[in-house]
Amino acid sequence: MDVYALLLSRLQFAFTIAFHIIFPSFTIGLASYLAVLEGLWLASGNPVFKTLYLFWLKVFALSFGMGVVTGVVMSYELGSNWSVFSVQVSPVIGPLLAFEVLTAFFLEASFLGIMLFGWRKVGRGLHFAATLLVAIGTLISAFWIISANSWMQSPAGFAHTPAGGLIATDWMAVIFSPSFPARLGHMTLAAYLTTALVVGAASAWRLLHDPDEAASATALRMAIGMLAIVAPLQLIAGDVSGKAVRHLQPAKLAAIEAFWETRAHQPFHILAWPDPKAETNRWELSIPGLGSWITAGDAGAEVTGLKAFAPEDRPPIAIVFYAFRVMVGLGLAMIGLGGWGAWLALRGGPERSRAFLWATVAMGPTGFVSVIAGWIVAEVGRQPYVIYGVLRTADAVSPVGAGQVSASLIGFLAVYATIFNVGVLYILRLIAEGPTEAHEEPPPLAPGARP
Amino acid sequence: MSLDLPLVWAGIIALAVLFYVVLDGFDLGVGILFPFAPTPRDRDVMVESIAPVWDGNETWLVLGGGGLFAAFPRAYAAILPALYLPIMIMLLALVLRGVAFEFRARGRARGKAFWTAAFAGGSLTATLAQGLVLGGFIQGLTLKDGAFAGGAFDWLTPYSVMVAVGLAAGYALLGAGWLIWRTEGELHDLARRWAGTAAGAAAMLLAGVSVATLFLHPQVAARWGFDGHGFSESALARLAPIPLLGLAGLATVGLGLGRRSHVAPFAGGLIVFLSGYLGLAAGFFPYIAPYAMTFREAANEDNALALMLGGVAILLPVILGYTVFVYWLFRGKVTADAGYH
Ligand code: HDD
Ligand code: HEM
Ligand code: HEM
Repeated sequence: MDVYALLLSRLQFAFTIAFHIIFPSFTIGLASYLAVLEGLWLASGNPVFKTLYLFWLKVFALSFGMGVVTGVVMSYELGSNWSVFSVQVSPVIGPLLAFEVLTAFFLEASFLGIMLFGWRKVGRGLHFAATLLVAIGTLISAFWIISANSWMQSPAGFAHTPAGGLIATDWMAVIFSPSFPARLGHMTLAAYLTTALVVGAASAWRLLHDPDEAASATALRMAIGMLAIVAPLQLIAGDVSGKAVRHLQPAKLAAIEAFWETRAHQPFHILAWPDPKAETNRWELSIPGLGSWITAGDAGAEVTGLKAFAPEDRPPIAIVFYAFRVMVGLGLAMIGLGGWGAWLALRGGPERSRAFLWATVAMGPTGFVSVIAGWIVAEVGRQPYVIYGVLRTADAVSPVGAGQVSASLIGFLAVYATIFNVGVLYILRLIAEGPTEAHEEPPPLAPGARP
Repeated sequence: MSLDLPLVWAGIIALAVLFYVVLDGFDLGVGILFPFAPTPRDRDVMVESIAPVWDGNETWLVLGGGGLFAAFPRAYAAILPALYLPIMIMLLALVLRGVAFEFRARGRARGKAFWTAAFAGGSLTATLAQGLVLGGFIQGLTLKDGAFAGGAFDWLTPYSVMVAVGLAAGYALLGAGWLIWRTEGELHDLARRWAGTAAGAAAMLLAGVSVATLFLHPQVAARWGFDGHGFSESALARLAPIPLLGLAGLATVGLGLGRRSHVAPFAGGLIVFLSGYLGLAAGFFPYIAPYAMTFREAANEDNALALMLGGVAILLPVILGYTVFVYWLFRGKVTADAGYH
């Protein structure tokens, strides 16, 4: 086996999937937000909602386009770079990915056309239906792909065949593998949080420049409401996920918390410098007893440490440990921001506190950072396995030479850097221009179209 | 159940790939014709004519790839590494082409010029890469124990280059046919000239590729009646409808252009593609990787195929239903200001 090809394939996969997930994290939430805006507009007739809808629709179109093209890449990369993995897992999770295409991708892609270009072609009801279907499509897509990934984290419902392959024995157990419900909830909430933070930041930015912009004030309050509810829920969902990890992937949990010894009354390490060679933390800043309490719900509980696993079965510790702290740290900051905003809203005016508006702007990108950090915890923490306990990453790679993988990796770096910079520039420009007032009336209908 | 699941799935995947080729074929064809449009307004109309449907069209590529992964994993795992570089080039080109739909509309002077070029260049590059994939695939892959065991550039030969250029001509024909159907005025007239040129080039290259394939693969030649010793008329007669269909398609294009029909050139282009596709199937069935792996060898476990077939039976008609609905909704001649931008 070619170790460089393996390393490069891992880098390429990590880069392309981390790049892809930026867009779903935002479009899943934004599609739902657009559906809410259009529904509110239809129900109330208040033009502010339509102004906001048309504004965020433009941002959505840009983000969705980038999500689609980077997603198409992913669906081929499984075969081009992980061919052994593909042959092994296809009998079990192949149908899940096929169902994602059939139930989600076609739905999103087809009704997106109506959502963007159908204004003059269909009536209001049908247009709203298209928006709803796109939003539902993004959620169905998340369902299947998280299901597939959760099976890789906690494989269930399968058996080994005499020929050395895998075969599904219980489809419900495959689809609803043990880690799935918590992770689907956690990812969906993550998408809603990410969107609320971006919408909040854009609105706050507008209000800093024009405190009387009615549409932005409405959007800011909607974002605060979302944050105030969802951020605390995310803490609970993450906690449920963490407790599941303790049972399903004890080595990952030990890496998340940098526990070396198996013992009761584990301390919680706020910061630490794990040293895999010496099998200890060189230094640590800890709270006694709290580690067992957080991970097991009981300060007296025994929690497994890394030394219980052979060195070659341990994930990289520092990456997992710090990625987790970034995610949780930002999650706590989001709870703080949501609480602050809610308190200001009850007292009459979040849009008048410049400190709050600036803080909201600064927190704008943190959803994306947490999402990527969270995925790093989940995926790097699963190492050295690609299917936990079943298939090692090193055995999953394609017979493709390092030269070819470096060429494609350079291609991805160049093309993705270009579309990322330009895409962000265009979105920021749209935000700088701000929402333009929509007319009271819906757009004129084409002759013959039903109102 | 007595259903031959691998066979049914071979049909489904073949259908998905055919749908992709003709649907994204005209999108990519419009991109290939982009540099020949005389005014920026013409280019806006060209993009506008496909903007509402391109994403749905490209999803057939995902069904083709995802379906191959799910139904014929061993083929997926053999073909993709073998054709690694052209597939990566195709994906990168599709990234640029895909974002250009939105980015073009948002760009100012320089940005718009850049994304206009990216749309045209991405379309042409993706097409040529797909042609190289197809050519490399038909030539045959070097497999050992079902895994790829050849070199990084095996796919690059005069034959595959000819296939790539032929595919570009074919997509340009589809794109021009689409524009004849969906536009009016000067652009419409121009598209007629493009269609004529593209049809001529596609016809010549298709013929060239067909003959070359007979020389490349004795097995294919044998199917068409040339088995090296003699010539079997009955074999040829059985398959003759396929090339005749291709000729009928070209005739439809030619007559349609002559009689100024708005739909015939596009329909003719579709028939030409159908004929070429059937020709490939006739030459290679039951191989999913030509003369190296049959679709049965590549097939997934029966329980996975059965589960997915249930899904397809319910969902594919629904998908086709709303796809037709979307096309119907956006029927009629296109103007440049239909968007929401
Ligand atoms: C939690 C959600 C999530 C995750 C983990 C992934 N995706 Fe994704 N994907 C989506 C959520 C999503 C989406 C919301 O459905 C997208 C993003 C934005 C969009 O345009 O649709 C999408 C688009 C998208 C598309 C284009 C669909 C189209 O043509 O409309 C493909 C082929 C994939 N993805 C494939 C993948 C693969 C193979 C993944 C993992 C290896 C993956 N995605 C991870
Ligand atoms: C979208 C969010 C995801 C992110 C950000 C993500 C991130 C990563 C990262 C960082 C790695 C590299 C780990 C390492 O090599 O140390 C990785 C590996 C991998 N992941 Fe994910 N992943 C995501 C979702 C998925 C999904 C949904 C699947 C499949 C259904 C998947 C399949 C794989 C495979 C096959 C590898 C390659 C083997 C490996 O390097 O471990 N990932 N991912
Ligand atoms: C606030 C406290 C949080 C806790 C306790 C927490 C906990 C966790 C845990 C334990 C995992 C690993 C799950 C596994 O490997 O199976 C995880 C993953 C993840 N987290 Fe968090 N998290 C928190 C906040 C957040 C926030 C704020 C976001 C994003 C906005 C986020 C996004 C993610 C994502 C995308 C993953 C990977 C998908 C998954 O495995 O569920 N998390 N989180």
